[in-house]
Amino acid sequence: MLILKLLFRNAFRHKLRTGLTILGITIAILAFGLLRTVVAAWYAGVEASSASRLVTRNAISLIFPLPISYKDKIRQVEGVRTVSYGTWFGGVYINEKNFFPNMAVEGESFLRMYPEFVLPDAELRAFLKDRKGFVAGRKLIAKFKWKMGDTVALKGLIFPGDWDFVLRGVYRGRDKTVDETQFLFHWDYLNERVKARMPGWANQVGFYMIDLNRPELAADVSTAIDGIFKNSLAETMTETEKAFQMGFVSMTEAIVMAIQAVSFIVIFIIMAVVANTMAMTTRERIGEYAVLKTLGFGGRHILALILGESLVITLIGGALGIVLTYPAAAMIGHKLSNFFPIFHIEAETVCLGCLAALLVGIVAAILPTRRAVGIRIAEGLRRIG
Amino acid sequence: MAIPFSYSLRNLWTRRLTTVLTAGGMALVVFVFAAILMLAAGLQQTLVETGSPDNVVVIRKGSMTEVQSGLDRQQASVIETEAEIALGPEGERLAAKEVVVLISLPKRDRDKPANVVIRGIAAASVALRPQVRLMEGRLPRAGSAEIMAGQSIAGRFKGGGLGETLRFGMRDWRIVGIFDAGNTGFNSEIWGDVDQLMQAFRRPVYSSAIFRLRNPRAFEAVRARLEGDPRLTVEAKRETRYYRDQSEMMATFLRILGITLTIIFSLGAVIGAMITMYAAVSNRTGEIGTLRALGFQRGSILAAFLMESLLLGFIGGCLGLFFASFMQLFTVSTMNFQTFSELAFSFTLTADIVWKALGFSLLMGLLGGVLPAVRASRMEIVDALREV
Repeated sequence: MLILKLLFRNAFRHKLRTGLTILGITIAILAFGLLRTVVAAWYAGVEASSASRLVTRNAISLIFPLPISYKDKIRQVEGVRTVSYGTWFGGVYINEKNFFPNMAVEGESFLRMYPEFVLPDAELRAFLKDRKGFVAGRKLIAKFKWKMGDTVALKGLIFPGDWDFVLRGVYRGRDKTVDETQFLFHWDYLNERVKARMPGWANQVGFYMIDLNRPELAADVSTAIDGIFKNSLAETMTETEKAFQMGFVSMTEAIVMAIQAVSFIVIFIIMAVVANTMAMTTRERIGEYAVLKTLGFGGRHILALILGESLVITLIGGALGIVLTYPAAAMIGHKLSNFFPIFHIEAETVCLGCLAALLVGIVAAILPTRRAVGIRIAEGLRRIG
Repeated sequence: MAIPFSYSLRNLWTRRLTTVLTAGGMALVVFVFAAILMLAAGLQQTLVETGSPDNVVVIRKGSMTEVQSGLDRQQASVIETEAEIALGPEGERLAAKEVVVLISLPKRDRDKPANVVIRGIAAASVALRPQVRLMEGRLPRAGSAEIMAGQSIAGRFKGGGLGETLRFGMRDWRIVGIFDAGNTGFNSEIWGDVDQLMQAFRRPVYSSAIFRLRNPRAFEAVRARLEGDPRLTVEAKRETRYYRDQSEMMATFLRILGITLTIIFSLGAVIGAMITMYAAVSNRTGEIGTLRALGFQRGSILAAFLMESLLLGFIGGCLGLFFASFMQLFTVSTMNFQTFSELAFSFTLTADIVWKALGFSLLMGLLGGVLPAVRASRMEIVDALREV
């Protein structure tokens, strides 16, 4: 108990310096936590996707469609429970800044396949009955203040023209990992208008979603599906939803890596700052260490004193930083909800933050301790200031 | 009278460990600051240089990119008859109807696929892009299943090298040429005959029409004529503008990321400098008293300590820039959010970035040093001398 008191007293002998160092660590741990959360948000789509669902798309690339006639052939494959389909609509609400995912889907089967989208029964029925109806996530509704029954117009970038939709349902996520900013409407409505205006593009879907009986069948079923359409006009590429989402992430991997690298650099920066503080502290107290040595305390005691003090400083700063991460993440998540629909702090991030603070405390004490322990008593006593 | 410059310099030298640690922290901040600016500069340079100001890109109204756009043959032919189109050396019209699609190709190092732009070119396409130079092999012949690949495709994608074949659209395509398009986005593209590619992809429509203006100043008139034509639903942009628009979102993203990170990091480094300078002042209380007793003014002491902390910042800035300049050896490839396709670009160090980074490091030194220096200059002679 006494040593703890001594450590605190020592640490706060220079209130200004210690205060500044703690502030520095708080900022560093805060930045570290936020950067890790950004990286986690990048992978949110992968985390939220299921391994028992498959996505079939055109083998050439995502921008090429598949004929609607594939649906029945896919349904015949052994191990397939349900098949749904949809098209990426790519519409814009008012202007490009208001980005949110919007897709035309086969409503009934799609929502059945996604139990994580929780929609009240009455709203589901209302949506299925209305050809122009759409369902949107809770966050999206809140952002644009849409009310049930409102008409919302999207401008089509891929499918030209203005498109009107009526809000019929609001879904909420089953848990925190579900994206609550999606906009879903009927594929039939899209197809009907496309038929009238651009007949060449009609009866095409962007992707098929396949629900499996058992997740273990994923590999067999994807090979079987791709086999059926081999050498056809539209060859397919089937993979699990996880792999599909991962594909998007890996295309922007360079950015994720950069953010990750930077999150470690911030730890190095703060390491330099804390090491500097400790170096100065020990330089000033060389005389005291010499006195301690004269009294018979060994190198181990001096090590405990310096290391303990360094840890007291970094752990206080680390704790403050972690506490502050929560309100900061909430604020940033709100601001960047366009880019990152899901932005929450993982337990792992908190652990890593604590670990980083601990590590900084230990590493920062190494050099100063070596100096203090190695000093000769007579030399230490002779030195002034 | 001013305190000699060497006083500040030697003070830093005496406390080497502290100096190295403080300057090292600052160097890391400057490194991050410069690296992110270099990245944004590289991206913008790549996309801006892709276009030339005399060229006009025509795409379907409302579609932001060539990939999303579609022009049917009739519309494309109407555009081709525009009177302002420049003529080539043999009297041919410098206009090309092109098709642009994305295909996903696996990379060489890991099997992960990325979206690559494949462009169907017409006879005039190469003449319209003077940046494109053939490095190896030859141009693909019209009417054959031959393609040529940009330099950064050839190295990074499976089957992208000279003499290799790629399979898509139910056909094998042989790579007969590798082209270098300098620092432009074309380097991340594959080019082949437009009619063959439209066949293979079963796409009955063109993506865009590109032409060179006879007189670059006529652009506004041409644009008004094309966009007002009742037979067309198109928009026309200068090629430079078209590519700048495509880099906007990415560049903004990088800039916001960079500024946020730098502000947070520099807070840490400023705190580091402040700690160092406060310690320097309190360690030298007696010294400061002596200097004042010798007749140096408060202003001189303030200047000496500020000089010391500016020096710290300067050392950090130089170190950071030194390491950041090595980043120019790296090429980054990532997906452009707006076009959804792979784009390779490198870190680019410009004079502007050097000045910004150095100025920034001096500012950090100044901010860190100003409070401690004020404290030093305010000391009373007697009190300072009395302290041990």
